[in-house]
Amino acid sequence: MKILVAVKQVPERDAPISVAADGKWIDESSLSYTINEPDAYALEEALQLKEKNGGEVVVMCAGPERVTSTLREALAKGADRAIHIETNDLGQRDMLGIAQVLADAAKAESPDLILTGLQSDDLGLGQTGVVMAELLGIPHATIIMQVEVTDGGVKVKRELEDGWFQHVEMPLPALLTIQSGGNKLRYATLMGIKKAKTKETKTVQAAAVGAAPTITLERVYLPEKQKQTEMLTGTPAEMAAKLVEKLKSEVRVI
Amino acid sequence: MSGVLVLMEQRGGAWNRMSFEALAAGQQLAAKLGLECSAAVAGDGVDALVKELAGKKLTKVFVIQHTLLKNYTPDGYVAALEQLVKKAAPAYVLLPHTYQVRDFAPALATRFRQVLISDVVAIHDGPVFVRQLLQGKLNADYKQAGAGPCFVSIQAGTFRAEDVEVGTAPVEDFAPQIDAVQIRSKPGEPFREAAQTVDLSAAPVIVSVGRGIGEQENIALVQELASALGAELAASRPICDNGWLPMERQVGSSGQTVSPKLYLAVGISGAIQHLVGMKGSKTVVAINKDENAPIFEVADYGIVGDLFEVVPELTKAVRAAKGQ
Ligand SMILES: Cc1cc2nc3c(=O)[nH]c(=O)nc-3n(C[C@H](O)[C@H](O)[C@H](O)COP(=O)(O)OP(=O)(O)OC[C@H]3O[C@@H](n4cnc5c(N)ncnc54)[C@H](O)[C@@H]3O)c2cc1C
Ligand SMILES: Nc1ncnc2c1ncn2[C@@H]1O[C@H](COP(=O)(O)O)[C@@H](O)[C@H]1O
Repeated sequence: MKILVAVKQVPERDAPISVAADGKWIDESSLSYTINEPDAYALEEALQLKEKNGGEVVVMCAGPERVTSTLREALAKGADRAIHIETNDLGQRDMLGIAQVLADAAKAESPDLILTGLQSDDLGLGQTGVVMAELLGIPHATIIMQVEVTDGGVKVKRELEDGWFQHVEMPLPALLTIQSGGNKLRYATLMGIKKAKTKETKTVQAAAVGAAPTITLERVYLPEKQKQTEMLTGTPAEMAAKLVEKLKSEVRVI
Repeated sequence: MSGVLVLMEQRGGAWNRMSFEALAAGQQLAAKLGLECSAAVAGDGVDALVKELAGKKLTKVFVIQHTLLKNYTPDGYVAALEQLVKKAAPAYVLLPHTYQVRDFAPALATRFRQVLISDVVAIHDGPVFVRQLLQGKLNADYKQAGAGPCFVSIQAGTFRAEDVEVGTAPVEDFAPQIDAVQIRSKPGEPFREAAQTVDLSAAPVIVSVGRGIGEQENIALVQELASALGAELAASRPICDNGWLPMERQVGSSGQTVSPKLYLAVGISGAIQHLVGMKGSKTVVAINKDENAPIFEVADYGIVGDLFEVVPELTKAVRAAKGQ
């Protein structure tokens, strides 16, 4: 079974965020980047499926040169090959444009199964996988915790709201968007890091920006506060004392 | 092309209540733009729901009934709703941002070569649709650029279901053409894992721990604070994903919904999927080293600081106050 995993590179969680000068995106100059969290789970699911059923795991990422570090990390964890879809203008493409670029690369590979994360930490669209499936004309399921290969297809465990789940069966090829927490993530071993150097990373150029975007991002800014927050200040001991006073007199839980 | 069409969600003849928040959003957007507002519900055997919907201030209620829509599948819903949107030709299609909508709406929008503006937290004049970036650290204004229906999904709690205006609406049946072979996936019945042994929804005081705790061993620190306060211990998703605490202690859209007298969030950033599970708390206290963490937007009291310094002091102070 050939499994293609779309992984996205996103700003590190604890990275200090500031708005760029043009007010339309964040200042990227001092950011460090990492793999999008659900995508790490998608990769883990793919690696475990390969261990059980055999086959090949291919990872792909669209973005500038810097994303190759994320691809290398995936190779070190055990992916067999990587595809870097080189583009410096992701910001000019809307989600449909990005999904098209990914779908084009996927088509060339004709995988049995495509895995994506359910949502990216930066844009948080939660859509790219579903739209890729639609563009490729293959069935999909979202927010998946477990994947089991069956005769001629897959049976997946889909998360529903409030702690409910559901099984869904579908034929292959198919696309699944993976939720975090389904498996324990592995670390890259020293051996894996060494081996990764011998593995293939193919660079393909993304097609030029096609149709004009259907939606545009006009402005980014810090959110307005919804509530008046009383900030307690001082040394840790002073802040603790102030809070205990509030818990006694205002909140009345002590 | 004109009007606003709200796509309501039901399962097994019961509403997803977020549908009425989307309906309120639809009515308000339509009023602002001087457009008509209609609503649609899909399924099989939804007569009682249709009756309820016909009592709202709407131009029309579309009923999409088909045996192949009895159980939700993305293929069935995309096929049926594509036909309805073509027929009704709305300028805006509004949906609640539910798990089901996440599953089919991006594909539905793609059929019209449109991009769904997902998880919207406010609608301003323009219309400008506001959505969050970087897990709530920033907001972003989006606008539709081209022609064609504009698809928008509304985040939980953004509009109030109580604001839906009542009235009387004519009901129109819409029979979509769906063929069984179009439906490629086979859905099973919803189920829960092993019975829950912790009911956080009844707890008056909750201390909740997030990824800021760093390592599993450090959870003891927060457990001590919880014990001192007589509180239940809860967690954000990554803590349960890592297996550091059982999933039944997870608060949020995929965990439990709680409304204690006090919710004390330690090292939790405040992503929306967490907030929807605890927004109903009477008092929220947040301890976080990042003064811009979104959790402070919903906190009554905030402490900006290193939890490893603050939490032990707090435990000590609570014990002292209680004479322990
Ligand atoms: C469909 C879906 C469903 C989801 N369901 C849920 C759900 O039910 N519940 C849920 O919680 N999440 C859920 N999530 C995940 C959610 O989006 C967030 O990723 C998650 O809530 C983040 O958890 P966190 O705040 O603990 O971690 P992070 O976002 O990593 O935040 C850690 C925080 O700790 C702070 N910190 C770090 N070190 C320290 C220190 N020493 N002292 C003080 N503060 C420190 C940081 O400043 C940061 O704010 C869901 C996501 C999706 C897409
Ligand atoms: N530039 C990209 N390169 C590779 N995969 C991507 C890219 N953008 C999005 N994805 C995939 O699509 C998923 C959902 O992203 P989003 O729709 O932005 O929330 C991510 O978790 C990735 O698996």
